[in-house]
Amino acid sequence: MSPFLFWIFALLTLIFGAAVVINRNPVGSALSLVMSFLGLAALFMSLNAYFIGIIQVLVYAGAVMVLFLFIIMLLDLRAEGAHRINWLTSAAGLAVALILLGQILSVIGHLKIAHTTFPTLPATTIDDVRNVGAALFTNYNLPFQIVGVLVLVATIGVVLLSKREPR
Amino acid sequence: MITLGDYLIVSGILFAIGFAGVMLRRNLIIILMSLELMLNAANLSLVAFSRFRVGPTGLPDYNAQVFVFFIITVAAAEVAVGLAVLVALYRARKTTDVNDISNLRF
Repeated sequence: MSPFLFWIFALLTLIFGAAVVINRNPVGSALSLVMSFLGLAALFMSLNAYFIGIIQVLVYAGAVMVLFLFIIMLLDLRAEGAHRINWLTSAAGLAVALILLGQILSVIGHLKIAHTTFPTLPATTIDDVRNVGAALFTNYNLPFQIVGVLVLVATIGVVLLSKREPR
Repeated sequence: MITLGDYLIVSGILFAIGFAGVMLRRNLIIILMSLELMLNAANLSLVAFSRFRVGPTGLPDYNAQVFVFFIITVAAAEVAVGLAVLVALYRARKTTDVNDISNLRF
């Protein structure tokens, strides 16, 4: 992928990711999150992970965001007004986040392999759906079934949680 | 040329944005969205490492991509449960502001 496209999609992801945090309206945050995930899916595809990119669009930009928007509209959440911002705690939270960012960037700066470019792929065809599926059903068969049970338990838990209990 | 470090830096900044969202915002829905941002930042660095480590077959290392697949599945389940808890909480307290939900029992 050309560096130009990489930086376009990276900026798209980061700017809309920041918009999620900054936006006061929950609907605006959710839509910014969709854009951020689409940029991220493009970055996945630039890394030749086409299956993960498509899953990202289907699951996150599709299912998860519909769930978020559905809940926002169900609860009828309005934009919160500019009420009582506690500047001390906000500054402390921002400082912790900035310290974390500095740590991450310094670790990446000291990482030797971070300064090398990606090796070229000698393979002519990349059918990564088949390869991910093969790994999933051979090496990772047990974790795959455990995840299936987890999703089932989550479904039952959601039904139980959102059931109105009789008064 | 784009190096591995560029992807890792984007991933690190995205993680820091999500972390700042969890620390700064008081709305539970926004906190859940910021959690999603952090999970996706981890996914990005995993996929970057997967592409960086080309195996003997000339293909990327698919173990990392399977890991990303599991993270996406678990994150979807987590969002569903988290939003169900949020709806139950909103029914009981009529608020999604974490400042108003400081009691352990009500």
